[in-house]
Amino acid sequence: MYQFRQTLARVYAFVFILYLLIPLGIMGAAAFNDNKTPSIVPWKGVTGKWFDALFADETMWLAFRNTLVVAVAVSLLAILVGTAAAILINSISGRLRTTLYGLMISTLLIPGAVIGISTMIMWTKIGNGIHSDFILFKPGLHLSVLGQVSYIAAMVMLLVLARLQSFDEGLEEAALDLGASHAQVMRRILLPYLYPAIGAGGAVAFFQSIENYNVTQFTRGGANTLTVYVFSKVRSGITPTINALALMLMIATLALAIGFEINRRRKARIEDARQAEARRATALEEAF
Amino acid sequence: MGDMFRRYGRAATLIICLLTAFWLAMLVVLPNITLLESSFRPLLPVTEIGGPADQYTLANYIKVFNGSIDTTLMGIPVNIPVHVLTFSLTIFYSLLVTILCFLLTYPLAYYMAKILNPRSLPTIFLLLCVPLLVSEVLRAFAWWIILALKGPLSTLLVTLHVIDKPVRWISGYNGVMIGLVYTYVLFMIFPVYNAMSSLDSNQIEAAEDLGSPWWRTHLRIVLPHCKPGIASGSVMVFMLSAGSLLVPTILGSTTSQWFTQTIQQWMFDALDWNTAAAYAFLLLLMCTLFVSLVMKLFRVKLSDIAK
Repeated sequence: MYQFRQTLARVYAFVFILYLLIPLGIMGAAAFNDNKTPSIVPWKGVTGKWFDALFADETMWLAFRNTLVVAVAVSLLAILVGTAAAILINSISGRLRTTLYGLMISTLLIPGAVIGISTMIMWTKIGNGIHSDFILFKPGLHLSVLGQVSYIAAMVMLLVLARLQSFDEGLEEAALDLGASHAQVMRRILLPYLYPAIGAGGAVAFFQSIENYNVTQFTRGGANTLTVYVFSKVRSGITPTINALALMLMIATLALAIGFEINRRRKARIEDARQAEARRATALEEAF
Repeated sequence: MGDMFRRYGRAATLIICLLTAFWLAMLVVLPNITLLESSFRPLLPVTEIGGPADQYTLANYIKVFNGSIDTTLMGIPVNIPVHVLTFSLTIFYSLLVTILCFLLTYPLAYYMAKILNPRSLPTIFLLLCVPLLVSEVLRAFAWWIILALKGPLSTLLVTLHVIDKPVRWISGYNGVMIGLVYTYVLFMIFPVYNAMSSLDSNQIEAAEDLGSPWWRTHLRIVLPHCKPGIASGSVMVFMLSAGSLLVPTILGSTTSQWFTQTIQQWMFDALDWNTAAAYAFLLLLMCTLFVSLVMKLFRVKLSDIAK
């Protein structure tokens, strides 16, 4: 009976993973179907023409460029703000810490539509209030960046804060005692220790920004990002060019993610080797 | 604070505080205050803004109760304002998505935490993460293809003689449900798995040795231990579902309406930002209430949920 339940669990896990992957497979396969509507039935033969159509689509390339610009801007801002917030949270305590921390975390739970609308209304109101036509106060992708940063910064903050918690503050003390300047402590001791978390935060921010629809939709003005473009294509007349785009996006993100993962594992192995060496050295010292 | 001053100096401390203040004030607190303030203002032509007609009013919130329609809820005919109906159905279906996600996830999380060989864990994790890396719009699109009237699902079932002619799968809230569960189920797996993997397997064995049937072991030992994970997963799934705009628009039918769609219509079709603000605030309020309720029910703190 026990064995039976184990087998059942295994079958379930297998089916579950199929359930997750098959829709993506169908969507990818439809990119090659020589049929006007995106589907795998009826199959009318293999073609590469949807990829050609995709590459000829100017609007798509513009949206693609916009997406990259927004994602890079969001990553940079979120890293700056998130790291600063993590350092601040780590060095305060008591009620102030609880309040600030709660406020930061709560941004993760605000619906995207609410973030989008509130960002849009506030900046346009400021613009009206000071009678300025400055671009910052008009709807556009810069407002999408600000809106996205408001919650993505919290993710970076959590990652950096987790790393900070295992930081040995004695290192900073030692550097200060040895005459290092404040800038040196920051640049040579604290930041190098935080780099892995900052890197991971940047990657998360980048992916989150590309994915984002809700905030962008309410703040973008007339500009397109890739997600918005795909969405409008799905809503209006669609041809399998969207599937071609989807397939390429899937391959690209997958390659990036696997790259990150391999890099992470390599670093973890080096770290492990170092720690093992240190342990051996201590053991050796104790033996003598 | 003084500590930071001593370590990093005056300039760096100032920059750190300013950056944090910029985030919390300009990107979080002030926009939400503006949202609340706007929601009480009437829709006026540009020339009259700030004039005598620009008084605070509850009119935007009262619009929720305008325009009643007749409908049936679980077989009972009722007359209910259309936006109240949308709001309630959004809550109802989001709850349903949350429960479905939990039911789908629980066996898998148990399998990953307690049965699977820990060495194959990274592979399973990678496989599970693949859909997470594909954007939401494409995941909804994938199901749009599958559920189409003459799509793969209908064709497969017709070939297998399960149904005799293609079925319109996207009707009512069906499509939205399928899409939301598929899109957000992963946000339930990881927290539940995390909670479950911290359970000592000896406890399960002890229960079994003492003669507990498998369902009682789960009910009395595994489930209570997973409570923080379930709470955090439920909050994530519910919030994402209730706030989703893509899935209900792509997989919605003519008879399904999501509250975020209503907000969007006020914003872009009616161009009435103040009413959109009022509706957005209602959504925010509903989400806050849900989080508080879950925190109370499961006795967890906000910081546990955000993990």
